[in-house]
Amino acid sequence: MTWLTFRQFRAQAITALAAVAVLAVAYGYTGPHLADLYDKSGLRGCGSGPHCLSLATAFMKSLRADQVYPALFFAGILILLILPAVIGAFWGAPLVARELETGTYRLAWNQDATRTRWMAVKLGLIGLAAIATAGLLSLLFSWWAGPVNAAGGFPDNLGQFTRITPLMFIAQGVAPAAWAVLAFVIGVVIGIVVRRTIAAMAITIVIVVLLQFLWPNFIRPHLLTPVRATAPVTLEGLNSMLVSSSGGVAVAVNQPGTPRLPGAWVLSNYTVTPTGKTFYLPGTASSACAKGSPAQCDAWIAGQHLTQVVEYQPASNFWQLQWIETALLLFVTAGLGGVATWRTRRLLT
Amino acid sequence: MNLQTGPTVSAAIEARNVSRAYGSNWALKDCSLDIPAGSITGLVGPNGAGKTTLLSLATGMLRPTTGSIRVLGAVPGHGTAQLRKVGFVAQETPVYAGLSVAGHLKLGQRMNARWDAELAASRIRELKLDPRLKAGRLSGGQRAQLALTMALARRPDLLILDEPVASLDPLARRDFLAGLAKATAGPQMSVVMSSHLVSDLERICDYIVVLVASRIQVAGPVADVLAGHHLVSGPSVDRSDLPGDAEIISAARNLGQTTALVRAAAAPQQLAWTVTRPNLEDVVLGYLGRAGEGAVDDAAVEAAAVEPAAVEPAP
Repeated sequence: MTWLTFRQFRAQAITALAAVAVLAVAYGYTGPHLADLYDKSGLRGCGSGPHCLSLATAFMKSLRADQVYPALFFAGILILLILPAVIGAFWGAPLVARELETGTYRLAWNQDATRTRWMAVKLGLIGLAAIATAGLLSLLFSWWAGPVNAAGGFPDNLGQFTRITPLMFIAQGVAPAAWAVLAFVIGVVIGIVVRRTIAAMAITIVIVVLLQFLWPNFIRPHLLTPVRATAPVTLEGLNSMLVSSSGGVAVAVNQPGTPRLPGAWVLSNYTVTPTGKTFYLPGTASSACAKGSPAQCDAWIAGQHLTQVVEYQPASNFWQLQWIETALLLFVTAGLGGVATWRTRRLLT
Repeated sequence: MNLQTGPTVSAAIEARNVSRAYGSNWALKDCSLDIPAGSITGLVGPNGAGKTTLLSLATGMLRPTTGSIRVLGAVPGHGTAQLRKVGFVAQETPVYAGLSVAGHLKLGQRMNARWDAELAASRIRELKLDPRLKAGRLSGGQRAQLALTMALARRPDLLILDEPVASLDPLARRDFLAGLAKATAGPQMSVVMSSHLVSDLERICDYIVVLVASRIQVAGPVADVLAGHHLVSGPSVDRSDLPGDAEIISAARNLGQTTALVRAAAAPQQLAWTVTRPNLEDVVLGYLGRAGEGAVDDAAVEAAAVEPAAVEPAP
């Protein structure tokens, strides 16, 4: 059974090995240079003083200006983001669906091995391959992006891509391996249900991407209780104020005069009045913000004794979140593996 | 000796009132069978009669909706011990298109405890198959031969073949059947093979099951089935002229002569009649014709299914 699994998985295994090898060369070659750049920036052992902040800004500026690093950084995230869907579609979905489609299940399931054993070996070995592939790539990318993480995350126009934020979270650490193996069994189960390879592949991609989108919005924020920070709204902080269409006011973080939450994943950010109610800009035409200058408006807001409330996952929660998410996903994976085995035993009978 | 195939087990396939439905359609209805171990059984019937369903039930690929089926004394397809005892060549003889002939033999070797590598290799040599050739590039006949080799080399106690020659040209058909006949001549292996053509079966089979319209019409040793049927020709053949146990299976009129296939223990006698012994094809065609006329009488079919099935245990 092991032999058959390896033989049928040969092409996919070679593709995966080749991809890992190419990426290992690309990131392995540039990684030390990036680390070198970081060492020269003077950031190592600097701490979090204002002097270090400007050093970090300078380091990031040099990174952004480079031809290669931004491309490798975003390519790495992209590859690790789409890897689960690819594994689910190309390794998982055809596993049973192709046997059913070509009729070879009648050959495969009439050898000595029971369907349970057939399924257990296939799920076990290819599941391990999924974990190994995604795990290796994540390890490689996490190592490469180490200096970027140390400097607080890659800069973008609004803030920074810190590793705890949704896009980065499943491109680093141990979670990518769990996502890959979960996507694999999702593909297997869909292949069993749909029984047609191409359709199963398409549905698998949709479901995995949907899950990748829903998970950080609805599940990951609650894996650990978010931290709640409050700070008085200052005139200086209002320079980085965002007003929503409903008139709600959100003051940014990590800006002059605003709370310092380096590397945090901000879940909610709003402003409350001294009585504890959510603050909205008054819609009346006579208010300072409706007829006055922006400066007059800011001054009026600053005089309202408002408090900024931020709920967030601090950067220090990264590994704990990673392990909780990994354990949870592996638990779901095991359950789906059981479903796949049970369904295969009953299939077409 | 395998304990599970002890002396009490004389049936290769033992079915008791087995029915199988797909949704609201009955693919097989109230089928009872005792195919003795050691026999070479032909399962014949038109396309869509339920042959594949019956064989799938015997391999455990399907489960009966009602009734019970036992193969070599155990639940079909249940556990490695049972899987090991049954070889199956499925319809359209599926093989892995991307796997070479040698790869298939390796697959067989790696997956089966009883694998006879020598038998497999010598068959591939005799067939003059290039071991390096991908199975997807084999002709239909070669593919069927490879599938048969895979099943034979597992050294099964029961070999089940589902329409293995249905899509083959006459030459490949002959070669396949010759190979099968040769393989079944030696070891004590039971064989059940389905076909919609009697000619595929009559040379090698010693037991026959006729399945038409989801029901078993006749089942029994070929010799008994032939002895129990008579071709009666005369100006008219009427039910009332026949002895009490006799039954007209089908009748055809041609040039003022009626020729009827009659089932009766003894040959019916009347001065105006010429009574001859039918061959297997006559018998099978008779039952096929009857079903075609839509005259399948449930009671008669049930009698047919039970009556000739009372066979002596295998030697």
